[in-house]
Amino acid sequence: MLDTIKQAVNHVSSPATIFTSTIVFFALFVSFPAFFTSPPVALILAALGLAFFGLGLTDEHFRTIVTTPDNVPIVGMLFIFAYFTWYALRKAVVNDKLIEEGKPTVEKTESEEKVMVFPYLIYIEFVVALFYSIGLVLWSIFLKAPLEDPANPTISPNPSKAPWYFLGLQEMLVYFDPWIAGVLFPTFIILGLCAIPYLDPDNKNSGFYCFKQRRMAISTFLFGFWVLWILMIAFGTFLRGPNWNFFGPFEIWDEHKLVPLLNVNLSEFVYIKWLGRGLPHSWFIRELPGIIIAATYLMAPPAILAKTSLRKFHDKLGPVRYSIFMMLALTLLALPLKMYLRWAFNLKYIVSIPEFFFNI
Amino acid sequence: MKTQVGKSMFRHGYSDDDRDRAMTVLTNVFFHLHPVKVRKSGARFGFTWCAGGLSFFVFLTLVVSGILLMFYYRPTVEYAYNDIIAMREHVPFGIMRELHRWGAHAMIITVWLHMFRVFMTGSYKPPREFNWVIGVILLVLTMLLSFTGYLLPWDQLAMWAITVGSNMARATPFLGHEGPGAALLKLGDIQLIHSGSDVRFALLGGHFVGEAALLRFYILHCVAIPVAVVILMAVHFWRIRKDGGISAPL
Repeated sequence: MLDTIKQAVNHVSSPATIFTSTIVFFALFVSFPAFFTSPPVALILAALGLAFFGLGLTDEHFRTIVTTPDNVPIVGMLFIFAYFTWYALRKAVVNDKLIEEGKPTVEKTESEEKVMVFPYLIYIEFVVALFYSIGLVLWSIFLKAPLEDPANPTISPNPSKAPWYFLGLQEMLVYFDPWIAGVLFPTFIILGLCAIPYLDPDNKNSGFYCFKQRRMAISTFLFGFWVLWILMIAFGTFLRGPNWNFFGPFEIWDEHKLVPLLNVNLSEFVYIKWLGRGLPHSWFIRELPGIIIAATYLMAPPAILAKTSLRKFHDKLGPVRYSIFMMLALTLLALPLKMYLRWAFNLKYIVSIPEFFFNI
Repeated sequence: MKTQVGKSMFRHGYSDDDRDRAMTVLTNVFFHLHPVKVRKSGARFGFTWCAGGLSFFVFLTLVVSGILLMFYYRPTVEYAYNDIIAMREHVPFGIMRELHRWGAHAMIITVWLHMFRVFMTGSYKPPREFNWVIGVILLVLTMLLSFTGYLLPWDQLAMWAITVGSNMARATPFLGHEGPGAALLKLGDIQLIHSGSDVRFALLGGHFVGEAALLRFYILHCVAIPVAVVILMAVHFWRIRKDGGISAPL
């Protein structure tokens, strides 16, 4: 019975299925936060998550992966972030209801009153620090820090993985070249995070948990955080094995697993498959379709949306901030879009100019 | 607290009138990071999750355990790995390396959690915009601290993780020798950017992860980045106070 379930899970596990089901669940979650954060539903979800994890631990391979000392914090992180995401949105839902009824929020009622920092706050800090210290010492006693063989430049381990907090970026390498996944995306993530306060400067909703009045901002942030960062890290940590092949959660990491790769560039689609001729010699002519598509993707939506559905938003932000916001948002969406293009059509590059190391 | 010795150490007894409690905070160098009074909403664990303060505390534990590790560790290819082995073999019940490594993981998680909380409460909005930016820089530095420390044990895991990570730098536009546009930077027919002059070379001090990379990462990990982090933390905490403390509804 259990084996049948495991095999079924392995069978349906692929980046496309897990990524898609996560997006579906995410969409439902941000559409009906009141339902999903209500204690009974949240408890059922938590029980399901724990049950999957608990049953998974009976599987030798799964156990090996999640109890690797360096992976333990990531497992912990998944549970911690799931809990606090629920917690934050639960508080937001409660406050949203109060706002609707015209009552002050929970924070508002408490912010009128002041308390002495000593003892109230300092004691809380002290207790938290104490619990952390106890936890860290116990963690350190029961889990030895790993040490492998001495560094040897002639033997490369398979798979070679970056530190876990960069595995999201390493996972993006499957779909993009290093200059995008390793340089451009990280830069955009950092700049995008820094830009948040300047793109969302309306301080009417600061200082308390809420969701309805910040639906757009919170949904975007949660999508980037959960789907494009945490989920990618989970892929890279738990589901990517030798040769960076994808393995189901209960699938043994077989170094000899063969995965046929038939990735085709857009230019090959256009000239060879559809027009039935060879690739042109000039790189510009060859890549023109891709260049047009990429340029259109970056220019058309901002212009069209500014005149239509995002008109108010555009007028509120002004042209400069609006353009920056759109550029960041389109870059954010470029990742899932490219992933789906790869899964659906085996598309390798939209623009491929190896002459200049320029591949999109 | 009633003796001369006790009074000389703690300038205030533990009495419980408000004046004395205020003086406790004001006259203590560690407590005076705090204001004397805070809004009740801001002092709630449920509002802040203590994620920011905990990040700071985790950082302090990492400083302490890191300094202790520095006594036993020599950043050279001959010694590094053996010193780590020695720490494991010669120290009975030694958990200093574990405290440091697990603490490093914990700090990344607490800093991410802190960012998450600040976003969810909208605490990045005016007047706190720039403090959020400083926070983002601190977050990046936290990850760089962990990344540079990752190499120091000089085992296979360390070396190849840094190899994977630093290979990304090869593809930096214009500044990496395999990055787009790098071929355009030349004087006559002399390439300015090649594998011996690009960003990756500067990071590793060589063509691959070796002796020079170990020393560079050690200095970055133990001196350069911590100094930057401490300075930015000071600014970060200062600005929290100047921007009106923990955020609350207007």
